[in-house]
Amino acid sequence: MSFNINEFIDTKTLLYVALFSPLVSSLFAGIYGASPKKINVGVISSLLIFLSFLASVGLFLHLYFGGSVVNVMMMDWISAGDLKVPFGFVADHVSVTMMLVVTLVSTVVHFYSIGYMEKDKGFNRFFSYLSAFVFSMMFLVMSDNFLGLFIGWEGVGLCSWLLIGFWYEKESATWAANEAFIMNRIADLGMLIGIFMIYWTMGTLQYDEVFAKISSVPVDVVTMIAIFLFIGAMGKSAQFPLHTWLADAMEGPTPVSALIHAATMVTAGVYLVIRANEIFSLVPEVGFFIASLGAFVALFAATMALVNRDIKRVIAYSTLSQLGYMFVAGGLGAYWIALFHLVTHAFFKALLFLGAGNVMHAMEDELNIMKMGGLRKVMLGTAILMLIASVALSGIYPFAGFFSKDKILEVAFDTQHYILWGTLWLTAGLTAFYSFRVVMLVFFGSSRYKDFGIHPHEAHGFMLWAMTPLAVLAIVAGLFEHQFVEFVTKILPAYSFSEQIHETIGQLVIVTTSIAVTGIVIAVFSNMFREGLFSNAFRGNFFYKLLDNQYYIPKIYDEVFSKPYRELSELFWKSIDLKIVDATVDGIGKCLLSTGENTREMQSGNLSLMLRWMTIGLTILLLSAIGYTYADSILTLLQQGVAH
Amino acid sequence: MGSMIISLEHYLLLSSILFFIGLYGVIVRKNLLMLFFATEIMLNAVNVGLVAISNYYGDLTGQMFAFFIIAIAASEVAIGLGLLVIWFKRHNTVDLDSLQSMKG
Amino acid sequence: MFETIAFYTFAFLIISSFLVVVTSKNALYSMSALASGMIFISGLFFLLNADFLGVVQLIVYTGAVIALYAFAMIFFDTAKNVIEVNSKKMIFLLTSISAILVVFIMTAPINSDAIQALYPIHQGVGNTQDVGMVLFTKYLVPFELAAVMLLVAMIGGILMAGKKMDMLSDIEETK
Repeated sequence: MSFNINEFIDTKTLLYVALFSPLVSSLFAGIYGASPKKINVGVISSLLIFLSFLASVGLFLHLYFGGSVVNVMMMDWISAGDLKVPFGFVADHVSVTMMLVVTLVSTVVHFYSIGYMEKDKGFNRFFSYLSAFVFSMMFLVMSDNFLGLFIGWEGVGLCSWLLIGFWYEKESATWAANEAFIMNRIADLGMLIGIFMIYWTMGTLQYDEVFAKISSVPVDVVTMIAIFLFIGAMGKSAQFPLHTWLADAMEGPTPVSALIHAATMVTAGVYLVIRANEIFSLVPEVGFFIASLGAFVALFAATMALVNRDIKRVIAYSTLSQLGYMFVAGGLGAYWIALFHLVTHAFFKALLFLGAGNVMHAMEDELNIMKMGGLRKVMLGTAILMLIASVALSGIYPFAGFFSKDKILEVAFDTQHYILWGTLWLTAGLTAFYSFRVVMLVFFGSSRYKDFGIHPHEAHGFMLWAMTPLAVLAIVAGLFEHQFVEFVTKILPAYSFSEQIHETIGQLVIVTTSIAVTGIVIAVFSNMFREGLFSNAFRGNFFYKLLDNQYYIPKIYDEVFSKPYRELSELFWKSIDLKIVDATVDGIGKCLLSTGENTREMQSGNLSLMLRWMTIGLTILLLSAIGYTYADSILTLLQQGVAH
Repeated sequence: MGSMIISLEHYLLLSSILFFIGLYGVIVRKNLLMLFFATEIMLNAVNVGLVAISNYYGDLTGQMFAFFIIAIAASEVAIGLGLLVIWFKRHNTVDLDSLQSMKG
Repeated sequence: MFETIAFYTFAFLIISSFLVVVTSKNALYSMSALASGMIFISGLFFLLNADFLGVVQLIVYTGAVIALYAFAMIFFDTAKNVIEVNSKKMIFLLTSISAILVVFIMTAPINSDAIQALYPIHQGVGNTQDVGMVLFTKYLVPFELAAVMLLVAMIGGILMAGKKMDMLSDIEETK
């Protein structure tokens, strides 16, 4: 089949449309930011994002049917000495994949938000922020140099901050927003240093030029670059120890959690590793570290998800865990598998969050899953959608999660990292368990919500329809694995499995699936017969407490960083700021003020005073004239003395 | 009695003494009319100095200056007194401090 | 000898009458003292061989200016004394500075060697003729300007002194 998109439209135009229609959408909604809710703002905004999606599809088709990579040099941005950074954009196989995911999920979330935010005062403002986020994310994935990537990186960070703190009247929301922003700043410093080092050693920031030169750079420098870039990725993708912000970020509106904190922004770190694969593949030690950290986070986050009673936090921890999976794949050099898991995960995780949003709406913003139960009777549509997402997340054939997650396990096994494999295998079981624990507690069992006087109701029909594309993709996306591999390996290194793995692959699949099924079965039965198996039997247990308090890490951070910092700040405030800085500034002000106070009378317009001042001025002038005369004669005398 | 011969310094000293008497009047007095008087004294003091120099150096320029100073003094008196009369008609005082309208 | 006696006499008289001018509380006394001081100064001018200027001094100051003051004082209530409030410190400071300056001026050397007469005084020619020659040749334009200035001042003085006050207060009200 031959198809050429160029016959219809110029690919560069498509690229610009894909990039800038979210910006237009954001500015359009921003105009109405302060005015009362206008449903049209949401609709037009969503349509503009949909336009961006269509343009991305166009670019995808162009590339899929053998078109060349689209490069656009919009204009020069920085041109100082040897440093030349243009606003350049590229639509290659990786960025188009990301663009598709970003715009698709964004479109769904935008349409969904029209319903979700319908009663919110900041309806227009919300769409402005959300579209600004899409623009930043598109900028991030489409840039053809590290500095452009960094702009997008900061842009999504800013939008994330705006959206987590969207309900800024809530103390906890602003706190969570600031936490996320500050943690990301810490990591961004690392990334910035990495970018500086790239420029320092190679004198350019363009991807292709950097990758062409990287092999001639000393390996220890490459190691440093890789580490610093990964620090940036750790912050944005909330890897340990910078993970605490993600769970707190759930303070934002749920569509935001779905779009930013599950499907797109948090995967930016993974995208960075994939994009810079030519750097990371040169230093396998760093890669192994990334993989180990990923595996650790996968297990670590999954255990925290086991006991949490907040529906959104459970999903957030699950996101953390899945990001860990992606980093394992990226770290072990299977970049396309990381990207594949990124894509499938975006679909089912966004779906899961939107479903949670429906539940929240139904439960009047109640998040505690212990207060729910039996909701399938009132919201069957949501129940089905969430069930699909959970099955996909658990990795059950033939759902999308199965294909991508299983591939990661295979890679770990194939590269003989059996500990990593074991960790991930265990995590797969835990994932299945906590996913179904949520589903069971929310949708099945007795209707506990009745005790709290809540009257749940199903979400709007169009919201469910908006979620349907995600549900479909969560089911079928895995089936396109072959085409996906073929598409992205045109620029990503293909990962070739060794010979032995082909023999054991069947057994591996069975082993993995069985633990997932076991997890599901335990979750189903424990909740079927004894509601809250863990919660009752293990509540006093040490491990339960440990997990419930998120390993006490937020507390440790508070004690180790926040409190000493606060004390230090108070010290500086009281001793340096007040006594030195303020005093200096005040002193200058007081000096001027008192000068003014004291000389004010000079300008009172009183003639006798003026005359007196005039006399004083005259006297000074006369004295200086006389002094000058004498000085002159003294000088003459001195010169005569020297001459003699 | 050669030391008794009046030199230029004598005249200049007299001139400066007179000038400071005028200056004292300008500074100290609050009566606007007195201010005018004191100004006249200062102008005359300068005239004395100029004429003395003119005489001792055999140059007419000093006298020319004195001549014009007298002309200026005359017009100053005419205009100044006119203003003073208006001021007095309005405020019924010739106190210098009454001219002040700003608080300061 | 005569010159010396005349100088000291005039100097004493001028200083004392001017001191009366600046210290007297009564404006009328001050004015009279000022008139006498002016006359004594014209004596100094005669001493300095500036006959024409001496006559001008007599006519303009004693004749015109003092007469103008006298007429102006008709308008004022001279009996109403202006309260003079002055800080002793200020006056002391200013007078001491003045004294220091006088001392400086007295002791300052006069560098007279380099001075050359621009318009020398001619021996055997009357002072009035000499002045007239210079005034109407070298200083003609300033002289005419001074004449115009005096005219303007005269008209201004008449206008201002003769202004009706109710008209002024009208202007005040419209503001």
